[in-house]
Amino acid sequence: MASGKEIRTQIGSIKNTQKITSAMEMVAASKMRKAQDRMAATRPYSDKIYNVIQHLAFAHPEYKHPYLQDREETKRVGYIIISSDRGLCGGLNNNLFKTVLKELKEKSDKGLEVDVCTIGQKASSFFGRLPVDHVGQAVQLGDAPHAHELIGTVKVMLDAYNEGRIDSLYLVYNEFVNTMTQDDKVVRLLPAKPEKPSEELSHHWDYIYEPDAKEVLDNLLVRYIESLVYQGVVENIACEQASRMIAMKSASDNAGDLIDDLQLVYNKARQAAITQEISEIVAGAAAV
Amino acid sequence: MAMTIHVDIVSAENEIFTGQAEAVFASAVEGEIGIYPRHTPLLTRLKPGEVRVLKSSGEEEQFYVSGGILEVQPHLVTVLADTASRAADVDEAAALAAKADAERALNDKSAKRDLAEAQKELAEAMAQLRAIERMRKGKKGH
Repeated sequence: MASGKEIRTQIGSIKNTQKITSAMEMVAASKMRKAQDRMAATRPYSDKIYNVIQHLAFAHPEYKHPYLQDREETKRVGYIIISSDRGLCGGLNNNLFKTVLKELKEKSDKGLEVDVCTIGQKASSFFGRLPVDHVGQAVQLGDAPHAHELIGTVKVMLDAYNEGRIDSLYLVYNEFVNTMTQDDKVVRLLPAKPEKPSEELSHHWDYIYEPDAKEVLDNLLVRYIESLVYQGVVENIACEQASRMIAMKSASDNAGDLIDDLQLVYNKARQAAITQEISEIVAGAAAV
Repeated sequence: MAMTIHVDIVSAENEIFTGQAEAVFASAVEGEIGIYPRHTPLLTRLKPGEVRVLKSSGEEEQFYVSGGILEVQPHLVTVLADTASRAADVDEAAALAAKADAERALNDKSAKRDLAEAQKELAEAMAQLRAIERMRKGKKGH
């Protein structure tokens, strides 16, 4: 059995770890609240732009934008993968990557090639090691990313789509359901396809475009894609913090259990040592 | 009752205004436009400048946008602003500093900065200043 001193050192080091994990838990809890607020703040924009795109799908424009048209043949697909920058957040990133790998395998079984664009340090290092074409990345966005920091990453993929290097584009991120649940989600960004038909817009009509249809639609659809990606990033941050909070909470709880167990062992060892000492003294006294 | 139109002004990072209004004025790329209820569907880009909302109470609210997209449906106006902030919140000092910065870059040919970018910044700063000035005049009038 380990001696008293050894156990004491062990308890001390576990206590230190517990201090760190519980501090991280509290930090994550407060950051999560802020991230949730930010998520709520960005929602109106993505809702509104989605509405506009829906209206647009029921207009009868003379100019058909390539982002709204299905391509006849799909040879290559693009993925934008959003992960966290830092680890220690439970299985969040790994679960997401597993989903992506499954997707990638499905695509390669169909004979499709894949381009990958990553947002977040973890995805960058993970997909950097895989034999896929890693065409772009954005890392170290921090807790409050700005929409303009993502423009570059999105543009890489949009350019690829414009030039016909990829024929469809998907976004992968974690959806924030609640503090305990985060779902990995794969959404098709391009070609964009709004679903719900709306009654009042079914008659034949079209917008007036200023300055002209192509320019306005180009602008609008790029914003639309960017807003979806931005929303994904913001949501992923909320997921990261929630997941880290849960992971750190269970780490602190586990540390507490370990300390209790060790304390018991330590007490027993101490008591056994005292008992032994007493019996030695008693035996010594009897001998005299 | 006078007819009203539903107005939403949102930017990528938050919601700025939502409610009923009698009319909306904005500076589109092709010039100033005013929108009243039952306007024909319109989709246009906005220049850096202000968006004014005339509310049913007769009050007017001003917002600064640094570009974006405006959608009009007969019963609905949506402004998708790139960066919109309440005109009252626009920091005049920051606007002046940005303007001075942009002007310096325009004059300084040796600078590595892109000319087009500098001109854009200048236009944005001027638009912010215009919004502030107009608000000041509005205050004195009351």
